[in-house]
Amino acid sequence: MMDYSDKVMDHFENPRNVGEIEDADGVGQVGNPSCGDIMKMYIKVDDDNKISDVKFKTFGCGAAIATSSITTELVKGKTLDEAKELSNQAVAEALGGLPDVKMHCSNLAADALRKAINNYLGIETEEEDDFHCHHQHG
Amino acid sequence: MERIYMDNAATTATDPTVLEEMKPYFTEVYGNPSSFHSFGREARDAVREARDKVADLISADDAKEIVFTSGGTESDNYAIKGVAEELKDKGKHIITSSIEHHAVLHTCEYLEDKGFDVTYLPVDEDGLVDPADVKDAIREDTILITIMLANNEVGTIQPISEISEIAQENDITIHTDAVQAVGSIPVDVNELNVDLLSLSGHKFHSPKGIGALYIRQGTRIEKYLHGGAQERGRRATTENVAGIVGLGKAAQIAGQNLEEKQAKITQLRDKLIDGILEEIDEIKLNGHRTKRLPGNVNFSIRYIEGESILMKLDLAGIAASSGSACTSGSLEASHVLLAMGLSAEVAHGSLRLSLSKYNTEEDIDKVLNVLPEVVSDLRAMSPIYNQD
Ligand SMILES: Cc1ncc(COP(=O)(O)O)c(C=O)c1O
Ligand code: FES
Repeated sequence: MMDYSDKVMDHFENPRNVGEIEDADGVGQVGNPSCGDIMKMYIKVDDDNKISDVKFKTFGCGAAIATSSITTELVKGKTLDEAKELSNQAVAEALGGLPDVKMHCSNLAADALRKAINNYLGIETEEEDDFHCHHQHG
Repeated sequence: MERIYMDNAATTATDPTVLEEMKPYFTEVYGNPSSFHSFGREARDAVREARDKVADLISADDAKEIVFTSGGTESDNYAIKGVAEELKDKGKHIITSSIEHHAVLHTCEYLEDKGFDVTYLPVDEDGLVDPADVKDAIREDTILITIMLANNEVGTIQPISEISEIAQENDITIHTDAVQAVGSIPVDVNELNVDLLSLSGHKFHSPKGIGALYIRQGTRIEKYLHGGAQERGRRATTENVAGIVGLGKAAQIAGQNLEEKQAKITQLRDKLIDGILEEIDEIKLNGHRTKRLPGNVNFSIRYIEGESILMKLDLAGIAASSGSACTSGSLEASHVLLAMGLSAEVAHGSLRLSLSKYNTEEDIDKVLNVLPEVVSDLRAMSPIYNQD
């Protein structure tokens, strides 16, 4: 088993904000099942351009689930601009660090979130190169 | 929390009887088996006895055919590189399968770099090699066929005797990696009719770091370690006497009532397989239903990923393994499952539960109790699972 921090284990065991938002304002999905991970983020945006609600669904490893969960916690109540700035390092730090081989997974959650925001803003995002299973490094 | 160990294909617990047998060989019988004096002779006797026991377990004609090694990986390296080196002037073609352990696959890849040519045979959806494919792959310059007896991930048992017949007809050396099979099913080198066979102690309740390569008399193979005259000059280095004694004892114990133990473990395995099939939908048993190791259970569970299944099970006190592994760039699905035709997505959801003589009916019940909830929790979180 990977050497995960207590924080990672906590978010893995008790993931926050799991689910879907029926009437989401923005939805973003990244990953590919053949690569072993897919992350889907749903956001609600209020009149002040703040994320009033966020939920996720994830197919993936333990780190994928924990990073999705912490990401939703980190951006809830944030403005879209603030949320877009969220880096994978910030996600990893909030989890008390991730094992080196697991760092690539922390990109996924931030990417899915950005996609959901762009979806809300009506910006088309380029499709990822799904064939190589290399997560985008942000 | 009481923990349940169901990862016996990875390694097993050392049998306490084995440990007891080994103990004197650290502080009392510590002589070098090559030494002239009585200290040396005692160690020599112990090594000889252990060699007889290992030979017995695999029905070797002569104990001289057993060379002690540090384990399965070394035995595989020794067999393949040793034959390649010895016969390289005769030919440079090797036949293996696409589902071998990395100890074989990476050794073959290494030899490819050195100018050898390797054919990786496909397998069917149960993980079986077709002997007809072996026949078709043989060339003028084929010097070695190396195909595992039983697969470590899915437990499928290969038709080695049929393959060795083809090898014999064509005068080609044949090796089998029997690391997962020895100690868990009857293995007879003459019935299998192989020239070389790898085994590893820690898969059948001896300590880690000790194993053996069976080398049939007359087999042409280069020495492995150059140095002293140990192991008839084939593998120099002062013997790991305590380890060898442990391997011998484990071999002896494994051979006692082997069929009976096999039947008991098979029964537990089948209870686990049937129970899981009953409790969980959209899953697939990987590996052949009957031509499989007594202790192997391997399922692909749709819509969820292996590592997260292992983490949930570990939290519930159940140790298992998966064919989905995180490398530095992405998750990698098992080469075995992919070779069996599974899509990467389904291969990522694989779970292996492997049993030993120490598992009980209660262990099976606990897993059947815990696993369905683990699966439904993760599926509820999965964006590709349709709850309707
Ligand atoms: C089929 C097979 N071959 C080789 C090995 C390597 O054995 P060892 O760990 O003793 O080097 C293993 C065990 O991991 C195995 O399952
Ligand atoms: S796939 Fe999640 S960290 Fe590797």
